[in-house]
Amino acid sequence: MSFLDTIRIALRALLKNKMRAVLTIIGVVIGIAAVTTIVSIGQGASKLVSGEFEALGTNVVLVLPGQTKRGGVRQSDAPTLTAGDAEAIGTDCPAVLAASAIVGTAGQIIYGNENWNPKQMQGVGADYLTVRNWDLEAGGFFSVNDIDSNAKVCVIGQTLIPKLFRTVNPMDETIRVNNVPFRVIGILAKKGANMVGDDQDDVVLMPHTTVRKRINGSPLDNVHMIMVSARGTDQMGKATKQIESLMAERHKVGPADEADFSVQDTTEIAATLGMITGTLTLMLSAIAGISLLVGGVGIMNIMLVSVTERTREIGIRMAIGARGKDILRQFLIESVVLSCIGGAIGIAMGTGASMAATILINAYKPGTDWPMIVSIPAALVAMGFAAAVGVFFGYYPARRASKLDPIDALRYE
Amino acid sequence: MALIELKDVRRVYDLGEVKVHALRTVTRNIDLGEYIALIGASGSGKSTLMNTLGCLDRPTHGSYLLDGEEVVTMNRDQRAKIRNKQLGFVFQSFNLLNRTSALENVELPLMYGQKIPARERRDRAMEMLGKVGLADRYHHHPSQLSGGQQQRVAIARALVNRPSILMGDEPTGNLDSKTSREVIELFRELNEEQKITVILVTHDQNVARNAKRTIVLRDGEVVEDTENFTLAKAALEYDPTVELAQA
Repeated sequence: MSFLDTIRIALRALLKNKMRAVLTIIGVVIGIAAVTTIVSIGQGASKLVSGEFEALGTNVVLVLPGQTKRGGVRQSDAPTLTAGDAEAIGTDCPAVLAASAIVGTAGQIIYGNENWNPKQMQGVGADYLTVRNWDLEAGGFFSVNDIDSNAKVCVIGQTLIPKLFRTVNPMDETIRVNNVPFRVIGILAKKGANMVGDDQDDVVLMPHTTVRKRINGSPLDNVHMIMVSARGTDQMGKATKQIESLMAERHKVGPADEADFSVQDTTEIAATLGMITGTLTLMLSAIAGISLLVGGVGIMNIMLVSVTERTREIGIRMAIGARGKDILRQFLIESVVLSCIGGAIGIAMGTGASMAATILINAYKPGTDWPMIVSIPAALVAMGFAAAVGVFFGYYPARRASKLDPIDALRYE
Repeated sequence: MALIELKDVRRVYDLGEVKVHALRTVTRNIDLGEYIALIGASGSGKSTLMNTLGCLDRPTHGSYLLDGEEVVTMNRDQRAKIRNKQLGFVFQSFNLLNRTSALENVELPLMYGQKIPARERRDRAMEMLGKVGLADRYHHHPSQLSGGQQQRVAIARALVNRPSILMGDEPTGNLDSKTSREVIELFRELNEEQKITVILVTHDQNVARNAKRTIVLRDGEVVEDTENFTLAKAALEYDPTVELAQA
């Protein structure tokens, strides 16, 4: 029997018992709708997380000073990196977007009669904002000239404004950092907390030369680390390799020597985060999948009833030449048609529900920009899943029908 | 070569504690174009013989050659194919699919077996309905047809795949005498004009009388095989302990 004829027969058989078909379908609808909703909300969540992570700078590579060996004594955190290394990485590595030397410091800031100890006080390079993917809200950033001339200028984060300036506009005001006067030339855009919950806006940025010479008072030409951003998340491996070989050359590290620097990228953190949201989505989908299972059992139940009711019909079909596999296919297609109709309705309802959820989340928590994800592949997978449920739960009843003895089936009342 | 060759065919039903010998031994030939009535009391084995001839059942012993092919060793699918291509069935209770039009009922055998385009299927089914005089009722469902009409639809269905054998299991059992006669007439026509081999199981003496050859069964064995109906009737009534079934 041709496939089309089989489908036609299946549809007709289902239409003979409309109410029963509808009730059976509802079971599948609920299952598929639940899975679709949870998967699309989960994808939204993981997109939100990875979006925020990207804003933090997912494609950041850190170059840290490594161990040194002086007279047989090995020591970590030795001052081995220079501003020149940062510059060379920024210009000579094709996969690198920008690089910035970083010199850390700590201390107190005083403005008028207010004081504040910011979480982060850093000397950075002119490309720092590019590296961090950070914008300015007002003013400008210090230039290469400012860095070369050890200029006493700074850019402040949002948290400092209420702590130090209250109602005063901080632009062009002078603050004292460990008693060195700095002019505020820019204000950073709000960035919020980072992954571990630290306030990233509690920051003062200054030229790394100024910090090194005027605040830390170090005579050496070294920086604490170099922050590098790759041209894209997919370029990180390449960037890391290029930096390693460039640094090895600059620091004259042979293949057998221990490097006096180390290169770390942040992909691992991104991967971990992705795994967490992925696992959560998977777990919730599994729970939703249980309702799909229940729907499948509903199909199986109704198909068993149907096979029993139609024993005589099966006998007639066999008597006029239907083979076992013709009967098997007929009942299997019937259950697949049931589950696919349920699947299609379920996908539509699930999409609607996830749209509603997105709108609600964005309405109740202003500021979150929860993305709406309706993925076609996910819908196709859900459809495939529905069909698989039909095959799985329809197989046993169909098999039973196909194994009937024609004589017994014909005699069945 | 005969169309049907039965050689020492036996059928034993194993019911656990007892073994029922439905057919003890049957050796018989049937030629193309014959018109045969199988008669016998209830439990004489005529239905079992019918099911065996119809490839619905498999004998437990012996050999059954249909058109030169051994049926006994065939698997389910092969026997289904034989039923589809070479045999047509008509039942006492018509056995049409309900809520399905007469035309679609007749089309059914054409859907199984080799692929036939929907158009041709429909044309052949219509032609067959025309031959049994129901061309104008093709869209009616079985519940909208009388018993005689339903049986004629069943005959059309049995013949649509141009089988060489038409089998009837009490085909007039559910019909009144007038429609019975019509159906008997149809069988005779099919046999005489189209040379279709007809094998009927029946209690109805009118049906049996119409056949050209009558085989009488008792206790799973053939006790008479004759072209003279009077002899057959005598054989059927011979043993007074055998309860005469009601026609």
